[in-house]
Amino acid sequence: MRRAALILGLLALALPQLGSAETGAGLYLQHCVSCHGPNGAGVQPGGDHFGPPLQGVGAQAADFYLRTGYMPVENASDQPVRKSSPFTDSEIRALVGYIASFGGPPIPQPQAERGNPSEGMKLFTENCSGCHQVAAQGGLVVGGTAPQLDAATPTQIAEAIRIGPYLMPKFTERQLSDRNVDSIIAYLQVAKNPDDRGGWGIGHLGPIPEGLVAWLLAGAALVGVAMVIGARAP
Amino acid sequence: MKRAGRWLIAGLVLFLGRGERAKQLPPPEPLVEGGETSPRAELVVGALLFLAAGLAIAFVVVYAAGADTQLLGLALGLCLAALAVASVVTAFHLTPSEEVEEPYPEPRHQIETEEVDQIVRESGRHLTRRKLLGIAAGGAGAAVGLAFVTPLASLGPVFDTSRLRRQPWRKGVRLVDEAGRVLRADEIELGTLHTAFPEGADPEELGSPIVVVRVEPVRLDLPEDRRDWAPGGIVAYSKICTHAACAVSLYRAPHYEPSRPRPALVCPCHYSTFDPATGGTVLFGPAGRPLPQLPLMVGPKGELLALGGFSGPVGPSWSGVRR
Repeated sequence: MRRAALILGLLALALPQLGSAETGAGLYLQHCVSCHGPNGAGVQPGGDHFGPPLQGVGAQAADFYLRTGYMPVENASDQPVRKSSPFTDSEIRALVGYIASFGGPPIPQPQAERGNPSEGMKLFTENCSGCHQVAAQGGLVVGGTAPQLDAATPTQIAEAIRIGPYLMPKFTERQLSDRNVDSIIAYLQVAKNPDDRGGWGIGHLGPIPEGLVAWLLAGAALVGVAMVIGARAP
Repeated sequence: MKRAGRWLIAGLVLFLGRGERAKQLPPPEPLVEGGETSPRAELVVGALLFLAAGLAIAFVVVYAAGADTQLLGLALGLCLAALAVASVVTAFHLTPSEEVEEPYPEPRHQIETEEVDQIVRESGRHLTRRKLLGIAAGGAGAAVGLAFVTPLASLGPVFDTSRLRRQPWRKGVRLVDEAGRVLRADEIELGTLHTAFPEGADPEELGSPIVVVRVEPVRLDLPEDRRDWAPGGIVAYSKICTHAACAVSLYRAPHYEPSRPRPALVCPCHYSTFDPATGGTVLFGPAGRPLPQLPLMVGPKGELLALGGFSGPVGPSWSGVRR
């Protein structure tokens, strides 16, 4: 009851702003407050709607979750997946600005052109490929899926490394420096348009599908050889 | 005793009964024409079989000398190719082929079966270098067999397994990262995974690599005797999976815990999943026992130190290690 009263009170305070839904606070009250609580305080699990506090997550996390379409999510228990955001670009900027006012890190400014793709591949192999696969095609973890990274922008990659969305661990600057992140992004740009020397990428899923195709071709070749050295019974 | 007696009797019977064969019938009329001899083809087949044997031996040698994957594949591939060509040459030049007007009848009666046997026996009669071909085929068979069993050596030490139990962790050994930098307790943030090694030890040793994560102290649920192993909730486990010795390199770190599966260490090979909060117990997957835990303490300058050795044997279970 008291919570409802609190929310109503806040709504009343925010009413003047609701007139122009363009403002971050207004959008927040319309779309986010049911799960993240007033002023980003979070809502404890127990009811239908619950979610983590947003104080301290900063523009970094807000920009990531909104631009990837991870938020808003239908059900707080679902894994958020990439989709086109229901918000326009200016609405996202307004929301990010509002959530940033609760405090937290800014949006990172990666510079992929400073990065070294071969160094990035090494770092990606060591730190990321266990889940995302070395070709960045995504994969499985126990309890969730790791997304494929084709659609991820350099900024989103840099954000995800520092935030650790969903089940992903985060990486501190001591583990991966900003320069390392630039290199990983540079590698991922290469991985998006791979140079398939063999001719076929076969989904870039790795040795098992490649082996299947090889066996298929070898099987056809063997049948051909058998037809050449054998003779059909009259 | 009784069993040994039985073996002895069985051995005696075999020894005395050796060489006793059914009485040979007088040689019957030949069924297969002599066929032309082709000593050149025999030489070629012999050479190919010896080549195959040599390549199979080369496979074993390459395996012993560091096992370069490309060279291994090349040796085995060429070996099988040589065997295949030898078979083709044999089929074309050394096996007499006749145009048969009618298909053979089904060999149902004893006489017919014997006839087929005879045909098979006589088919080899025109060979001039039977011994050479026999030795070559036997050599190739033995060498290829040897090449196929050689990789079993990779399954691990058989006689001296003490290497598997060796571990470089002692009380007071500092934790360092890949670059050799000392790891500090305040660097282990919630939701981050760190790989560490014992300072000054060989990082390639099975017992060297560990994973370090921080668990919220209230969620920590270690066994009674490990109460002081996790200063500030920082826990360390062997990075070598207890299932198949892959590196446990994944950390399932829920960003928002109430709606997500709990934090877990995951091995990327077969998804063995371990709970860092309860002493590395298996949550999911094929691993049969928990990850060995390394007790930790924090030094005067905030650096992480080992408080002792692992709680159990490192790496996959082998004979003698089941838990």
